[in-house]
Amino acid sequence: MALETPPLRDRHAEAGAKFTEFGGWDMPVEFDGITVEHEAVRTAAGIFDVSHMSEIRVSGPDAEALMQRLTTNDVAALDAGGAQYATITDSEGVILDDTVVYRLPESDANGAVGGLVAQAGSPAYLFVPNAGHGDWMHDRWTSYRDEWGLDATVTNATREYAMFAVQGPEAVDAVDDAADVDVPDISRFSAASAEVTGVDSLVARTGYTGEDGVELLVPWDDAATVWDAFAATRGVQRCGLGARDTLRLEAGLLLSGQDFDHESNPRNPYEAGIGFTVKLDTEFVGRDALEAANADGVDEELVGFELVDRGVPRHGYDVTNTDDLVVGEVTSGTMSPTLDRPIGLAYVSTDYTDPGTTLRVVVRGQSKQARVESLPFYER
Amino acid sequence: MTFETPDDRRYMESHEYAARDGDTVRVGISDFAQDELGDVVFVELPDEGDSVTHDEAFGVVESIKAVSDLYAPVSGEVVDVNEDLFDAPELVNDDPYGDGWMLEISLSDETELDDLLSADEYDEQIV
Repeated sequence: MALETPPLRDRHAEAGAKFTEFGGWDMPVEFDGITVEHEAVRTAAGIFDVSHMSEIRVSGPDAEALMQRLTTNDVAALDAGGAQYATITDSEGVILDDTVVYRLPESDANGAVGGLVAQAGSPAYLFVPNAGHGDWMHDRWTSYRDEWGLDATVTNATREYAMFAVQGPEAVDAVDDAADVDVPDISRFSAASAEVTGVDSLVARTGYTGEDGVELLVPWDDAATVWDAFAATRGVQRCGLGARDTLRLEAGLLLSGQDFDHESNPRNPYEAGIGFTVKLDTEFVGRDALEAANADGVDEELVGFELVDRGVPRHGYDVTNTDDLVVGEVTSGTMSPTLDRPIGLAYVSTDYTDPGTTLRVVVRGQSKQARVESLPFYER
Repeated sequence: MTFETPDDRRYMESHEYAARDGDTVRVGISDFAQDELGDVVFVELPDEGDSVTHDEAFGVVESIKAVSDLYAPVSGEVVDVNEDLFDAPELVNDDPYGDGWMLEISLSDETELDDLLSADEYDEQIV
């Protein structure tokens, strides 16, 4: 199957990017080296092309009801321009995907209402499933809509928008400089409509790096204008998915398909350490199973750990206790560029989840000492 | 992007080099290989006195994004290990043919060197 390409693939190649397949997309993995890019985001600012992320738009009279019943968080709590992290679970409470749900900003002006702006008083949403999940989630939303007889329009807008993340301590100022709204006034986890270097965009104070920053949704065909405004004009470091992965891991943020996967590693939000996304006082697919899981407790939980011995933990490595009994498995690991030590995430039996607990990780047949550490590893 | 491939040594298809100095051979990975790997964060090498075998794995190099086995260009005893790499694995990126070397092996069979690629042959492979 041919890979999907982001709108600026050629531009990235000209800038010296190396590429990798991710979620069916051919994406830049690094431009100037993962360490350099990582460091830029921790100390200044970096820009990532994350156009591989999916976008689903939901509007119409029953948009809120449909969103509420298919995501675990409380969609009704969102004001226009609000955003929330949520999971999408099946009837067993297993995470199918994690996502950010944006309630689109509203406008009274008819002319201004479009893909990223809702009519005042008519809640409309855009949520961002992970790469390659757009059609899957679109089908899920439309089939449940039809089953429940709800009146909502569901659009897979993945190829309507490029998505860029501008992240780092200088990111908000950089976007503010290019936008016609006061970006510092956009509070964390909310979004505003704005022209960014003249392009109608959604400017969201969200991200996946553990830094302050902004995510931008811009029309696919205007992607170059906005990218160049940062990567070229303002000298913001171009960053690839490699640095995105090390940054999110230091921040203790999960990667769909790796830290949970409904087929290869089915987990509920409590196991995954994101029980805060579950609002049991709302009605959604998976609620009853999660209510039971919450009451009964879980057998395994995701923990952060540091590898004390030399080595790099990787996805799939066994975790044992000090008697060499397997008690878990690594889902993500790296040499942390900021902390300069090997870190990872693992699901382990709840007997071993207390910070400071000694565990062992089996690296190519060698048992290496590890220590449970509270998340996040890095906090700005 | 062009890569340095000095012609004073020979290369494996798996990107290790062998630089002969008398009876010993210094081993590392090519400029091309370090660039492909990206930032090297860990190397696992045999101990001094261990034996390695031509074309068999002797260690591992890990970058942030990849884990890669290292193959011995020649058979012999390990007579020196670059322990600087344990604290500074980035030397593999910064100076692959110099300070980023990995092992010195005592040469036991000179003909094994003939099996390796010349610099020109290696360059053709990485085009």
